[in-house]
Amino acid sequence: MTTAHANLTYYKELNEQLRQIDDTEITIENAVGQRYLGCGSSGKTLTIHGTPGNGLGQYLNGSTIEVFGNAQEAVGDTMNDGDIIIHGSAGDVCGYGMRGGRIFIQGDCGYRGGIHMKAYQDHFPVVVIGGRAGSFLGEYQAGGLILVLGIGQDGAFPAGNFCGTGMHGGKIVLRCDQAPAGLPRQVLVNEASPEEAASFAPYIDDFCRLFGGDAAALKAQKYYVLSPNPEAGYHQLYTYES
Amino acid sequence: MLQKEGQVRIPAGCAISGIFHKDGTRETGERIIASIRPMHDRSNGLGGGFAGYGIYPEYADYYAFHVFYDTPEAKAACEKEIEHHFDIVDLSKIPTRRHPRITDEPMIWRYFVTPLHTKLTSSQLDEREFTSRFVIRINHTLDGAYIFSSGKNMGVFKASGFPEDVGEYYMLENYEAYSWTCHGRYPTNTPGWWGGAHPFALLSTTVVHNGEISSYDANRRFIEMFGYSCDLLTDTEVITYIVDYLGRKLGLTYREIANVIAAPFWSTIEKQAPTECERLTYLRNAFASLLVTGPFSILVGYTGGLMALNDRLKLRSMVVGEKGDTVYIASEECAIRAIEPTLDRIWAPRGGEPVIVNLHDGGKQ
Repeated sequence: MTTAHANLTYYKELNEQLRQIDDTEITIENAVGQRYLGCGSSGKTLTIHGTPGNGLGQYLNGSTIEVFGNAQEAVGDTMNDGDIIIHGSAGDVCGYGMRGGRIFIQGDCGYRGGIHMKAYQDHFPVVVIGGRAGSFLGEYQAGGLILVLGIGQDGAFPAGNFCGTGMHGGKIVLRCDQAPAGLPRQVLVNEASPEEAASFAPYIDDFCRLFGGDAAALKAQKYYVLSPNPEAGYHQLYTYES
Repeated sequence: MLQKEGQVRIPAGCAISGIFHKDGTRETGERIIASIRPMHDRSNGLGGGFAGYGIYPEYADYYAFHVFYDTPEAKAACEKEIEHHFDIVDLSKIPTRRHPRITDEPMIWRYFVTPLHTKLTSSQLDEREFTSRFVIRINHTLDGAYIFSSGKNMGVFKASGFPEDVGEYYMLENYEAYSWTCHGRYPTNTPGWWGGAHPFALLSTTVVHNGEISSYDANRRFIEMFGYSCDLLTDTEVITYIVDYLGRKLGLTYREIANVIAAPFWSTIEKQAPTECERLTYLRNAFASLLVTGPFSILVGYTGGLMALNDRLKLRSMVVGEKGDTVYIASEECAIRAIEPTLDRIWAPRGGEPVIVNLHDGGKQ
């Protein structure tokens, strides 16, 4: 394992240093807002202490990034494959446009989590949020899974306003005691069926393996699944269809 | 030749940072400079600035005018005006150090003044209105003179450059404030110039802003009906006047001001309890033209307090950290961690949810 000390090193220089390291296991100490860490990489394991900057793991292509601290904006933007694990909270627009790989957030995520996520062939993006999510969660979601465990929310709706606005694919799963009300018309709400619960249970196991917690107890609780409403979808396209 | 709003478009972010000591402890400008540094890339070198509160205790009862002059003639004309309306108890160049990246500086002067008694009496205005009208008139009519700071026991220091360089240029290590705000500029629609750097100030109200106001012209047209004049060629100026108008002239609280400029959507207002719904409906209807739309995260500094606010859609990042009696607010968490690695609490306020901090003893030091 190779250790790099970030401190106030300029992000370009730090990323250049990281790319020069042959070792597949790299630890970064004291990150202070350096952007684009691990960006586009594959086959690496990055452990980051401190506060990584915006665009952490953008275009990630198979590496594992584990952060001990909070992450800032645009975590895993357009990522393709790999895992991002955050022992803390994430800022706004995490998982924007991601089309594969998994993001696990122990705490909360900011506004616009998982917007424009899409599944692609055998790629299936997953974002798991331990606490609560900000507004516009899964806006224009086209595929994949967003799972909000609502830990510490006392069974309250664990997201903000305009959840799933414009979604037309994928699923948002929320742990809460009552069916969320006032959601946009593009969204259907159902209590998770046993089959659905079985499909997201492995991510709860993984979450608890990463951050601790009682997976069995979590799985035993009530979950609501938000999916696109086929009746309220976008029927009229700009392109010509015969 | 300066190009005005609409004549030039420079695509782009910005950085803001603030430190507030609720117990009134004062600190030099060194940490606020260290805080903005890791956010270097949110700025592009076309503007940086600071506001410090509590920095002039020896002149606490006098308005401190900080003025940019383009020419000696503008200086002579402005000083004549100041002398005609105010008693100047002290004046000096604002101390600066030569800095390789801060160039083309105007003349930068500071005056500690108090309105002439006879002038004030005959104007039939209160002291703050008298002073603010004077500042607006100079900035609007006197070419080459900009009073960019006009409060009591506070001051704005700004320039064209990166904020960390601007802080060094103004030697902020020599000032002690209980509240600091800072801004790194990345101009979007308007030119980078000294007067256009943030903070924007009128009397003791200052605003630093990360974002871009799409309602600028609607807000400007409305606020200019009340004697304000938007002369500084950038959108943030209008927020300063809105806060001054609603707060100083109409007596709204900072929370109410936040509910006006970042009014919730009607769909959100409808979900509130009846009294809150009525309150928000009233504010949104009464001040419809002061709704600020488009992305913004702002820090509003005032005597004895600080308000942080995001637009209702939260189109800009902002985090708040607490450590004991000190509150830190910044565009990015790294800016806070750079100066305070261990915090008691850190969170991201929701869009339109103001964070307001005041000195413990009701705004007095």
